Amino acid sequence: MTVVNWLKRNLVVIAGLLTLSYLLLPNVIVTIFSFNNPKGRFNYEWQEFSTAAWKDPCGVSDMCGSLSVSLQLAFWATIGATLLGTMIAFALVRYRFRARGAVNSLIFLPMAMPEVVMAASLLTLFLNLGAQLGFWTILIAHIMFCLSFVVTAVKARVMSMDPRLEQAAQDLYAGPVQTFIRVTLPIAAPGIAAGALLAFALSFDDFIITNFNAGSTVTFPMFVWGSAQRGTPVQINVIGTAMFVIAVLFVLASMVISNRRNKQKA
Amino acid sequence: MATVTEAPPLAPEQPKPPRKRGRWTPYWLLLPGILWLLIFFAMPMIYQASTSVQTGSLEEGYKVTWHFATYWDALSEYYPQFLRSVLYAGSATILCLLLGYPLAYLIAFRAGRWRNLIMILVIAPFFTSFLIRTLAWKTILADGGPVVGALNTLHVLDVTTWLGMTEGDRVLATPLAVVCGLTYNFLPFMVLPLYTSLERIDPRLHEAANDLYAKPTTVFRRVTFPLSMPGVVSGTLLTFIPAAGDYVNADLLGSTDTRMVGNVIQTQFLRILDYPTAAALSFILMAAILVMVTVYIRRSGTEDLV
Amino acid sequence: MTNDTSGDVRLSGIAKTYGSFTAVHPLDLTVPQGSFFALLGASGCGKTTTLRMIAGLEEPSAGTVHLGDQDVTALPPYKRPVNTVFQSYALFPHLDIFENVAFGLRRRGIKSVKKQVGDMLDLVQLGEQARKKPHQLSGGQQQRVAVARALINHPKVLLLDEPLGALDLKLRRQMQLELKRIQTEVGITFVHVTHDQEEAMTMADTVAVMNAGRVEQLGSPTDLYENPRTTFVANFLGTSNFIEAEVDSKSGDDVVLKAGGGKLLLPGARCSAPTTTGGKVLVGVRPEKISLVPAEEAGEIPEGRNRITGRIADSSFIGVSTQYVVDSPVCPDFEVYAQNIDRDTRLVPGAEVVLHWNPAHTFGLDASQDIDAGTEEEAVV
Repeated sequence: MTVVNWLKRNLVVIAGLLTLSYLLLPNVIVTIFSFNNPKGRFNYEWQEFSTAAWKDPCGVSDMCGSLSVSLQLAFWATIGATLLGTMIAFALVRYRFRARGAVNSLIFLPMAMPEVVMAASLLTLFLNLGAQLGFWTILIAHIMFCLSFVVTAVKARVMSMDPRLEQAAQDLYAGPVQTFIRVTLPIAAPGIAAGALLAFALSFDDFIITNFNAGSTVTFPMFVWGSAQRGTPVQINVIGTAMFVIAVLFVLASMVISNRRNKQKA
Repeated sequence: MATVTEAPPLAPEQPKPPRKRGRWTPYWLLLPGILWLLIFFAMPMIYQASTSVQTGSLEEGYKVTWHFATYWDALSEYYPQFLRSVLYAGSATILCLLLGYPLAYLIAFRAGRWRNLIMILVIAPFFTSFLIRTLAWKTILADGGPVVGALNTLHVLDVTTWLGMTEGDRVLATPLAVVCGLTYNFLPFMVLPLYTSLERIDPRLHEAANDLYAKPTTVFRRVTFPLSMPGVVSGTLLTFIPAAGDYVNADLLGSTDTRMVGNVIQTQFLRILDYPTAAALSFILMAAILVMVTVYIRRSGTEDLV
Repeated sequence: MTNDTSGDVRLSGIAKTYGSFTAVHPLDLTVPQGSFFALLGASGCGKTTTLRMIAGLEEPSAGTVHLGDQDVTALPPYKRPVNTVFQSYALFPHLDIFENVAFGLRRRGIKSVKKQVGDMLDLVQLGEQARKKPHQLSGGQQQRVAVARALINHPKVLLLDEPLGALDLKLRRQMQLELKRIQTEVGITFVHVTHDQEEAMTMADTVAVMNAGRVEQLGSPTDLYENPRTTFVANFLGTSNFIEAEVDSKSGDDVVLKAGGGKLLLPGARCSAPTTTGGKVLVGVRPEKISLVPAEEAGEIPEGRNRITGRIADSSFIGVSTQYVVDSPVCPDFEVYAQNIDRDTRLVPGAEVVLHWNPAHTFGLDASQDIDAGTEEEAVV
């Protein structure tokens, strides 16, 4: 009876943890197979333990080059989208203007549009304009689809911000520029950071829109896609595992630091 | 001593205060971003619409001839792929909701001090390229592997075969594998909005419902679930829309019999170079999704998604 | 009061409209240097808008704002020698207490702020908390930081927008006295916006009662309470009883009025309505000015007092006093507050009674007004 009761009470916890393991299972596989020494070109079956790939992560031709292209793209796309998106978010929350509804729809639509539609239509534009496909067309596309997500993240933060804080700064002799630098920006910073992080992740991991508009440029996801056809080197798993570990460590470290800071001050 | 009098009514010619702060500021703030979206999001849609009614060939160039028959031809040739897209994306969305809700609930109400850790574990896989993670499913669902073996022993595969989702002892290269991959890929987009709206619910509402004679299941049905509706709506949209346009899962985990509309658009555009057909297909997909989204949002009464 | 006028606040014809809605009707108002001035009214009456126009946070639709001899109407807030204590304080959450207080000094380019900030924090007894963040302080402490952050700039005028609204009752009383003490000490002009009549009366030298974008009446707290000129003021500050009466005749400085079957006396000076014979006047009297005796003792009431008869409808004992509601032919629910000195056991609901009071405590108002104006919004204490 007690076992049944315990199960009943914790059913949702068990179901939740099962979902979580479903989410994490592929990462476990990716990690394990980064230590594989596969026979043949594909790394789908376990053969034997090997650290060869970890010792030589750039041993596959073109892979680290594509990784560097992806990092550069993500970096510039993050800067562009964060800048433009933050400006839009401030305009939406802080000012009254005409055509607010139209602006809102224009922000919402890219998020409600399947990627393949945006990818195909953007390619149509570039073909019609005779643009040279490559790094710049990918960057333009990435800024475009990251923009809406940044706006949403920053808007949420700015909306929850008390407008009296800026008025208080003005009352205390801070001009518009000083008010923005000393008060608005620091308080909106977590929202802007969240938006930027999201933009970076979206840009770095994007495949569909990139694939349509890349020309002969190869990003890391495109390299992975190509290798799924030609043969998957173990180094792909090394990069995937490393990115996962770095991300988790990065977040954990920032949490520990902010915890410690709070404890010191309290 | 202080004095007060009612001032005489204003003369109409009284000058306005000289200061008009920030009248143009919002427009300057909006200008670059909105221009970007207009040029690289809205304008391409127009180009695409125009391409879809053009005829011609790569060598001789294309001209707008209002050739709407392209739409009819595209639909009659590729309607199975359209149906598959809706079916697979729909199944994946339902599965995401069923799997994602307990996880979101767990994070919101039952995780306690583990909450942050679980959140990190939900988000962190994003940083491993989704293509690499999707390829991992090839290993997990490999023929004769432990997962397929277990499903076989439990006679799950008999049921899915009867449903037409699998064939024989295989999972890979079947619709089931594609749906499984779609579910996996878009599950976080379901969990995060669900969590956001669950987390806003005051736990005292549960206590109040308990106090008012509601059993746990009734509390969920009458209080928790209705209050989480905004999360359910945005979660299902964020799952269904990208899933319907996806072609990566169908390509990596499926076979030629599981091709979705995304695969067709991709092939037409990048390999066959039949731009009008590709543009027409893409336009139909966009229109279908916009209509579905609008109807869905209206019916669920949640219009403040943005 | 000093002759220095550099801290005078002079509003001339100032008004604010939002589209078709008028928040503040054209208003002339002078607050002299060094005074503690309160703008009192219910929410939405225009008091905060008026304050924000002085601060420069709201552009007036018409009129001018002068500080002393300087016209500041066109100056943005950061160029006005005026500081504000905001509602719910608006302390910068990302800065510690020290930096919050130092903010204004730093923006004006003052380099060595350490001593000044330290002194100011000591003045508000927060020297120990300098390195804490605002959310780590209690409500009362945050309130003191907000005051310190404004006062350190030595403004010509300090504006306070419901500064005590977020505090609990006991702390609010304490802070009222504290603010009054600081004001006396620094001698700066304070303009204080509040919806709490008791707060306004405790702290301010002069109170302006605002209603629907206009100043209804302006004066010292006693003046406003004892001699209100509109039903709104009479009801918003405390409680008033009203009797509709007709002017009968004049006797010396007094006006004789007819109400029901009896006569009432009203000093002519205390009547803000025209007293032509046959005209209607609202006769007002405060509940605590009235004495209550059983009907059988009516003969013992001294001559020359206003009196009306009635029956006790309800009584509630609240410690220092007993509050009666009396049903009288001239007024259906007359309120009477009787001090609990000797409690008369005959004064129970149902008893026939006579109410009487000194005619000098009567005030007369224009009968065309709404008798209940200001009762619904009565300040929450």
